[in-house]
Amino acid sequence: MSLYGTNDEERTDLNKEESRFVRARSRRLLGSLLRPLRPRLVAAIALVLVSTGFRVAGPALIALGIDWGIPRALVQDFTPMWTVVVVYLSAAILTAILTYYFLMLTAKLSQAMLFDLRNRMFVHTQKLSVEFHERYTAGRVIARQTSDLESIGELLSGGLNELVVGGMFMIFTAAALLLIDPTSFLVLFGALLPLGLLTRWFQVRTNKGYRKQRVASSRLIQYFVETMTGIRAVKAFRKEPKNQEHFEGLTETYRKHNAHLIQLFGIYDPGLIMIGNATVAAVLLVGGFRVIEGDLGIGVLTAAILYARRFFDPMEEIAIFYNSYQSASSALEKISGVLEEEPTVPETQEPVKFESAQGKVRFEDAKFQYSAGPIVLHPFSLEIPAGQTIALVGTTGAGKSTLAKLISRFYDPSAGAVTLDDVDLRKISNRDLRREVVMVTQEAYLFSGSVAENIQLGRPDASMDDVIAAAKAVGAHEFILSLPDGYETDVNKRGGRVSSGQRQLISFARAFLANPAVLILDEATSSLDIPSERLVQQGLKTLLKGRTAVIIAHRLSTVTIADRVLVMEHGKIIEDGTPMGLAAGTGKFAALYSSWKASQV
Amino acid sequence: MPKTESTTLRVLLRLMPFAKKALPRISLGILAGIAAHMFALAIPQLLQDLVNDLVAGGVDALIPAVAVILALGLAEAIFVLLRRWLVLMPGTFVEADMRNALYARLQDLPVAFHDRWPSGQLLSRAISDLHLIRRWLSFGLVLFVANLVTIGFGLFLLFTFNFWLGLIFFVATVPIWVVGFLFEKKYKIVARLSQDQSGDLATRVEEAVHGVRVLKSFGRGLFAAKQFSSQAGELRQTELVKAKAVANIWLYLIMIPELAIGLSMLAGIWLVSTGELSVGALVAFFATTMVLRWPTESLGFLLSFTLEAKTATERFFEVMDEINPITDPEKPVSVSNPKGLLEFRNVSFRYPDAPSDQKALIEDVSLRIEPGESVALIGITGSGKTTLTALSTRLYEVSGGSINIDGVDIRDLSRHELRSHIAMAFEDATLFSSSVRDNILLGSDSGSEEDLKQAIEIAQAQFVYDLPEGLETTIGEEGLSLSGGQRQRLALARAVAAKPRILVLDDPLSALDVDTEAMVEDALRHVLTTTTALIVAHRPSTVMLADKVALLQEGRITAFGTHQELLKTSEHYRWVISSLDEEQKTREVNL
Repeated sequence: MSLYGTNDEERTDLNKEESRFVRARSRRLLGSLLRPLRPRLVAAIALVLVSTGFRVAGPALIALGIDWGIPRALVQDFTPMWTVVVVYLSAAILTAILTYYFLMLTAKLSQAMLFDLRNRMFVHTQKLSVEFHERYTAGRVIARQTSDLESIGELLSGGLNELVVGGMFMIFTAAALLLIDPTSFLVLFGALLPLGLLTRWFQVRTNKGYRKQRVASSRLIQYFVETMTGIRAVKAFRKEPKNQEHFEGLTETYRKHNAHLIQLFGIYDPGLIMIGNATVAAVLLVGGFRVIEGDLGIGVLTAAILYARRFFDPMEEIAIFYNSYQSASSALEKISGVLEEEPTVPETQEPVKFESAQGKVRFEDAKFQYSAGPIVLHPFSLEIPAGQTIALVGTTGAGKSTLAKLISRFYDPSAGAVTLDDVDLRKISNRDLRREVVMVTQEAYLFSGSVAENIQLGRPDASMDDVIAAAKAVGAHEFILSLPDGYETDVNKRGGRVSSGQRQLISFARAFLANPAVLILDEATSSLDIPSERLVQQGLKTLLKGRTAVIIAHRLSTVTIADRVLVMEHGKIIEDGTPMGLAAGTGKFAALYSSWKASQV
Repeated sequence: MPKTESTTLRVLLRLMPFAKKALPRISLGILAGIAAHMFALAIPQLLQDLVNDLVAGGVDALIPAVAVILALGLAEAIFVLLRRWLVLMPGTFVEADMRNALYARLQDLPVAFHDRWPSGQLLSRAISDLHLIRRWLSFGLVLFVANLVTIGFGLFLLFTFNFWLGLIFFVATVPIWVVGFLFEKKYKIVARLSQDQSGDLATRVEEAVHGVRVLKSFGRGLFAAKQFSSQAGELRQTELVKAKAVANIWLYLIMIPELAIGLSMLAGIWLVSTGELSVGALVAFFATTMVLRWPTESLGFLLSFTLEAKTATERFFEVMDEINPITDPEKPVSVSNPKGLLEFRNVSFRYPDAPSDQKALIEDVSLRIEPGESVALIGITGSGKTTLTALSTRLYEVSGGSINIDGVDIRDLSRHELRSHIAMAFEDATLFSSSVRDNILLGSDSGSEEDLKQAIEIAQAQFVYDLPEGLETTIGEEGLSLSGGQRQRLALARAVAAKPRILVLDDPLSALDVDTEAMVEDALRHVLTTTTALIVAHRPSTVMLADKVALLQEGRITAFGTHQELLKTSEHYRWVISSLDEEQKTREVNL
């Protein structure tokens, strides 16, 4: 099926079969969320049935009071009066208390569901492979987990109550009217046609309107965020006036769509009032004749009028929440798509027992290409003995990063195998693999929290002394001490003030603390200044002793500390040897090396 | 309580400048709202006589009475329509004006402000807060006033049916007010807490997604999930506290009016039996309470709405009130055809919000770059290089000393002019989601095809021609994703295409591989013969681009001269720039 997972999730013109497929998927998800909560769900339904029943009984009791209580009271028999009043008051108190419990119960229900869904999404997106994240982009994953979950939360915690309570209220009110006066019920029934037509019109129009408004608002948001995150460039290149003009255009579009929507409400709401009032007048007219002819008590007429009026009360809210229901269900459809995605690099169910690795890495006829794309790595075999330091050299797009990602199992090879200590990586549990193989990339991402916490991510149970030792090993200790709060400095608060070089040093310390058997550095030193790089390299030398390492670097100064250099081009390894051996030869590396040396001091 | 009321009022009054234009229509809208309610209240009045007639067996009154009731119902609907029509348009214009004003303000505020404020915080002000203010102006305010008037008048009518019945209802509204008020106080706190917590949770999601490679690489996915789950659990608890407050107020909002009706029924039947009240009046009484029910119940919600509008207004003005220390001079000087002499005179800088015992980031820096000359800025990470470059275009303002172009203090130029003389390329290249062409020509006044081509050539960014739609391909946030090196080359092309007198480049080649770097350097060399340039550099090859070198050490310039001179005289310079450490030297000897 073409709509499997997140495929085509932004298409809006689904045919019948496709939308059935998508809806069935989100229904399955909803079902799996509700299953553990079934007893509470049943209780909530029971509560709302009973409490609405009590609530709707009110006008009928008033009718009883007028038609039964008054005549008897006129002859000094106050028992019916007291009976009706006591029943009325008890019904009022019971309704209120039951509603309270219903609201609490549904809150617990919806919060439990939301909590479950949040955790599922978080864990699942973490499980999904790097390949998925590269394709789906961070922005969309975040949108799924924030604004989409929010709109589901909004529906669950506010809208759904209104929808259920309001809907029940209308059904019970109509039923009560049918019971006390079938003729008035028929009048009310007649009002359902214009009500239905008006509501249908409203839904169709707002549905379109909301879609347009959502598009307009997301454009506005996107433009706004881009301006704020790129404010330096905006200022430096005097983009402000152009921005202002463009932004005002977006604001105006958004305003128009919004105004259009409110306009629809502005017609729907008075329309409802009109239909309600006309119905009351009709009930009164029909009822009035019957009262005169003696077929109907005044009390029943009063109750009929009250019921007819109250029947329309929840309509506007239901109409509003129908829209929030729609946005939530489209959110749920997208979320269910993400949850349907399978990791392309799945964890094995029967892991081989793996105590501690020596660090021997081998590629056996390994090949890599994206599903239908060009071949990124042509089939090759390579053995990296335990403890060897390898440098990968080559231009952008030669396949260096891909080779590194195969070792860290961000990808699986399309053919052949990658092994660690002769065990296929696909047979090692994630836990063991991540303990033994660690990759540090160029981006050097820092999480909010202190510097120490960021380093500790490498080994959460590490002591402060371990953290400091790791920082010293990579030469990060000095600059960390110079930060306002040293190791306790919050990196996010002054995130802009930790330079990219310093970020790389911190992520180095993190990797050193993790102490893996195989360490992969993908452009991990590109933003370091030369003294820092020298420090890191000294640290590296001590640390790499007895450890397998793969280093990708643009700078040949980093390359020189390697035991062995692999030069790559167009997905193939074209040279393989010691740095000095290759430098003395006539190949690609020799050329690079001599031009680099010429640029040195 | 009156004190909070007055401050709420005072805060909301700050909306006046924006809302002034809309005010006449909003006032008319309030009147229309009141009128609609009055028609609704008139219907039960008619019911009273009608029912009494019906009880007496009269048939003549029925049809005219129903006709009048229908007419009143129609009038109510028409006035609701009118109310909405009156307040709708002005409300949306107020919202749009405020949003544009906020955006303009944010573009004007300095980078230091944006360092402090995460864009998410600004976004919620620009979108949800303004949305709320608009809804409050066109519904909250209008209904609040209209409903208060209606309740007052309705209570008066209830008293006219019968004093005792009226009294019962009047007394019943008091606890609703009290409960409503207590609810507000409690709800405000949890609502704020839940806002903060879901903000934190969103941050965690964001980080886990952006940092997914790090988490995967260290196998910390489950560790992060545990932290996330415990935070989500906290939010869930807060939400439940919130739900409890809501359920609680519903308990009273449902119970109190119903109890009042029950008691009125008791009093009503008794009064009818003693002959003090007609059946018609009793029916009309119940019908009136039905009309009043919604305005009464809505008070709690309208009160909270008003308080939310107050908070939203405060949040909006938090940004609008921010004082911008970096503004245009009153009478800007113009350097119409600058030669490009860039001069730092005793410049010092510290962040305005830095604690006073912290050292200044830039201290007493004096540097003179002659027209057409280029200077490389060298120093270790954290020595202040990037800060110094940012000062030159007033992205940050010097704390002491001055920066001059052709002898004119940059603070005497308009910011627009200053930034047309100086073009910058940043290390972390910011691309906007628009076409490649627009991104490169961002700072170009001519916008000519020739400049575009030349800039692409110089920055070795020819890869753009191979993109799916060539120069028209959309890149940036929502477009095609490019590698770090590609982004950097585009940022460089952008700076070059602006054809400035002065170029400021912050480590513009760090993400390029050696071959590409060499090609870019060759091309740049031509540009730099005629352009004044300040270049932050890490690598010796980049330093070679410049005529002179300034060595920055803990915010001070400690050496200045040509590369060769500094190599001879400055040990620190040798340490910073020389990549031949002891061991490598020996290794080379062995070669």
